[in-house]
Amino acid sequence: MYAFKYHRPTTVRQAANLLAKFPEAKVLAGGHSLIPVMKLRLASPSDIVDINGVEGLSSIEVKGRSVVIGAMARHAEVANAQVLQDVLPALAGVPGSIGDPHVRHRGTIGGSVANNDPNADYPAACLGLGATIITNKRRIAADDFFTGMFSTALEPDEIITRISFPLAKKAAYQKFKHPASGFALVGVFVSKRGADIRVAVTGADSNGVFRVKSFEEALKKRFSPKSIEGLTVPADGMNSDIHASAEYRAHLIGVLARRALAAA
Amino acid sequence: MPTVSMTVNGKAVSVDVDVRTLLVQYLRESLRLTGTHVGCDTSQCGACVIHLDGKAVKSCTTLAVQCQGANVLTIEGLAAPDGPLHPMQEAFRENHGLQCGFCTPGMVMAAVDMVNRKGNELDEHTIRQELDGNLCRCTGYHNIVKSIAAGAKAMKGKAA
Repeated sequence: MYAFKYHRPTTVRQAANLLAKFPEAKVLAGGHSLIPVMKLRLASPSDIVDINGVEGLSSIEVKGRSVVIGAMARHAEVANAQVLQDVLPALAGVPGSIGDPHVRHRGTIGGSVANNDPNADYPAACLGLGATIITNKRRIAADDFFTGMFSTALEPDEIITRISFPLAKKAAYQKFKHPASGFALVGVFVSKRGADIRVAVTGADSNGVFRVKSFEEALKKRFSPKSIEGLTVPADGMNSDIHASAEYRAHLIGVLARRALAAA
Repeated sequence: MPTVSMTVNGKAVSVDVDVRTLLVQYLRESLRLTGTHVGCDTSQCGACVIHLDGKAVKSCTTLAVQCQGANVLTIEGLAAPDGPLHPMQEAFRENHGLQCGFCTPGMVMAAVDMVNRKGNELDEHTIRQELDGNLCRCTGYHNIVKSIAAGAKAMKGKAA
């Protein structure tokens, strides 16, 4: 990897100041996306702002009708959090399917959401539950947060501190795992909270996570796999690569959405 | 170059390193603890697995400078140099859980972590699932799975 300057702030404010001062800086959380791309020299930040020394960013707690997860909560911590198993098990299941046990000891929810990899699982959970991404500056609705492949609404000196997930009455995530990497070839998160019905898809579209409005509309009558039988998603704009064609990915969206609805 | 200090296998160490240095390079090149291997160097194969503050991590995907003040355990620290093997190492020896041996340090460290998380009674399905992050190109895994099940039982009542 290319040379960089290393900073280890102890507060979010210090971290944000460093990001404001160095426009080519990057935040280091779990490092399991950033360090590999730096090793490949696909990223060459001038400065690394390591937020592992900032305390208080790892809590997982229920607040009113939401569960609020600190940005630095590791995948393993979220997967094993009893509080989450009790109130929103569908969300607890998401990090358990990421990478492998060693990766889950390091990777963080905030890092995954900020990176917005088009095949990542957490963005589907955020969009599929209508989460709110809380930063050092503001609160951003998931619907406004994910703006395309590897891009988000985050400003250069903005850092995710927490993510708030509303407690949906019904929710489930189903993914078709790439057998080697564990990444979602396609993943579908469904939820129902009152009149708010959501179907969010990751892995399929080259622009990253998106909602399937036609499915959501059909599910308003009844939140059941039967309601979307026969409905399809057009293959236009879907990823097509050695792992799966665009048509196959589009087909998987329907299959996984029905499985998720059956599990919810 | 900053001085990076940590505890490795119970011993305080302190080395001046470039901030780009990966933890695995720090262990192998600065400390000459060459039991931890670099296999794929892309966070997939698990040959570089060590315990960082008690948890199994891939040392090829961690910067040494991030581990300032941390407690690191490598394969060299599992058993005393002049004493008997750690029960998990002994189980790998007893069950022939290796062929070329390149993946073995990572396998053993991952196995001990598995016992720490999942207990001493591990069924085959659990072991295979939890070995997701460790690749072996020789054995076909059969004897590794057997070794881990036996090692997990043997670890009962003994400190990891």
